[in-house]
Amino acid sequence: MFNRILTVAGQEVRIGLRNRWIMLATLILAAFSLALALLGSAPAGTLGVDRMTITVASLASLSVYLVPLIALLLAFDAISGEIDRGTLLLIFSCPISRFEFLLGKAAGHVFVLTLALSLGYGSTGALLLATGSGSMAGLIDFVRLIATSAALGVAFLSLGYLLSALTRQAATAAALAIGAWLILVVLYDLALLGLLVTDPGGIFASKIFPFAILFNPADAFRLFNLAALGASNLVGGMAGVSENLPFPAYFGLFSIAGFTTLALILALFRIRRITP
Amino acid sequence: MTQKILSLSNVTKCFDRRTVVDEVSFAINPGERVALLGHNGAGKTTLFKIILGFLRQEGGDVCVFDHQPGSASARAATAYLPESVAFQKSLTGREVIRFYARLKGENPKKSEDLLDRVGLAEAANRRVGAYSKGMRQRLGLAQALIGHPKLVLLDEPTSGLDPVSRQNFYRLIEDVAAEGASVLLSSHALTEVEARTDRVLILSKGKLVADDTLSNLSAKARLPIRLKVRGSEENADHIANSLGGKRINGRSVELLCEPGDKVARLASISELGDLIDDVDMHLPSLDDVYRHFSAIAEPEA
Repeated sequence: MFNRILTVAGQEVRIGLRNRWIMLATLILAAFSLALALLGSAPAGTLGVDRMTITVASLASLSVYLVPLIALLLAFDAISGEIDRGTLLLIFSCPISRFEFLLGKAAGHVFVLTLALSLGYGSTGALLLATGSGSMAGLIDFVRLIATSAALGVAFLSLGYLLSALTRQAATAAALAIGAWLILVVLYDLALLGLLVTDPGGIFASKIFPFAILFNPADAFRLFNLAALGASNLVGGMAGVSENLPFPAYFGLFSIAGFTTLALILALFRIRRITP
Repeated sequence: MTQKILSLSNVTKCFDRRTVVDEVSFAINPGERVALLGHNGAGKTTLFKIILGFLRQEGGDVCVFDHQPGSASARAATAYLPESVAFQKSLTGREVIRFYARLKGENPKKSEDLLDRVGLAEAANRRVGAYSKGMRQRLGLAQALIGHPKLVLLDEPTSGLDPVSRQNFYRLIEDVAAEGASVLLSSHALTEVEARTDRVLILSKGKLVADDTLSNLSAKARLPIRLKVRGSEENADHIANSLGGKRINGRSVELLCEPGDKVARLASISELGDLIDDVDMHLPSLDDVYRHFSAIAEPEA
């Protein structure tokens, strides 16, 4: 069983390397994070805060946009693309269960994503350390950022598999993936913000809003990371929210785990019913 | 006692109340090469998917070595090459073979020998994206031969191949069958499979209309031989009257005759002597035989 899962995972990693997917994702993450670290750190000096910590705060916001996008782009092809190419027929005619197949895909993609995150963000962290503007605490912040970004990535990978299993055409799955990204990462926040502005002291703001954040893994990720940095005084905005929540900020991690589990179960349910 | 490799009895499958496979029964013996023929949409691919366990039949029974289709033991003994498969373009032929060998629990290193066998040894390290159609199809066959399967299912393996590649492909299939594997391959033309299979099944509109050897099928069809007799414009009518044929253009007359009457018919033509310029004889082609059996199901549909 492990052998087959590893085989599927290994194939994904190989394709990721061969298609330069990993390189591209790494370069994008590195370029954005370096730009944020170098350009964005100019005002931090006056605050006297660790430069690494403030960079991590900016990178958390970057992750919210980039990581789901990269994850969805990795995942949308996983099932519908294999159906399109006819290879799913071949794979499923081999003695591999559909659960093993999905797990193998996920393992491969998680490795690709984690590698890109570690190299991309890691290079920025290393640069800050090398220039003497880092500290032990800042390093821990970096590691936490990479780990939680990977977790956020897994949540969106799972969503990507579900969307990919809903259709037989890879192109349709790609459209669904972009739509999901737009809704969860962009429009969801805008809607919450709009509702908050219309009634700042009402029931929505006090009772519904905190849980609305938990329902979206992207918001839950941001909530946890900014709270963990104690950065509300640095970045304001979303971070300030965490102090007025009726639950501790680490609930954000549970939210991501719950979202992942649910999406994976639904995806597996769909894949089991697919006629390749 | 010979154990059947594959047996189907009264298998029926419907999509949206349209019957795609209709009461199909046949069996395949060890080492047999069987061609499944049918027009596009006759239900060939659906039948394959039922045998592989991807689709459940509404009625009837399918047995792959006494196992349920799709069960682990049935899958381990079966290999499949789909009609149109596009392997990952960025992987090499060797990587594709190693991948499927691992999935089937076989030794990847040993399975690489199959590339040599299908004539891809020298292209093994090239990317599949650069392969020709014939090479991709041979890679697909190599994939299907991993781990000495007992039953090899090939869905239109030679469609779109040039005649030379096709012949090479059938030679490989012959070798595989000689080693004891049963091969069930589908095609949409009898001319493609010719004498390269032991038995021919013809599927028409979901019904199995023929199950026999090719020579028996030709004999059963009793298709007439067509004789075309050419005279001059003035005496074409005279020829038609004396031979009892049909005038088809200015100077030619067409006659149909049973295979047994061939010699007598030719003798009566030569009696006309100088009136005849030329005689053409058309034996029924494989396509005619195929059309004859396919047409049997037509009126009922």
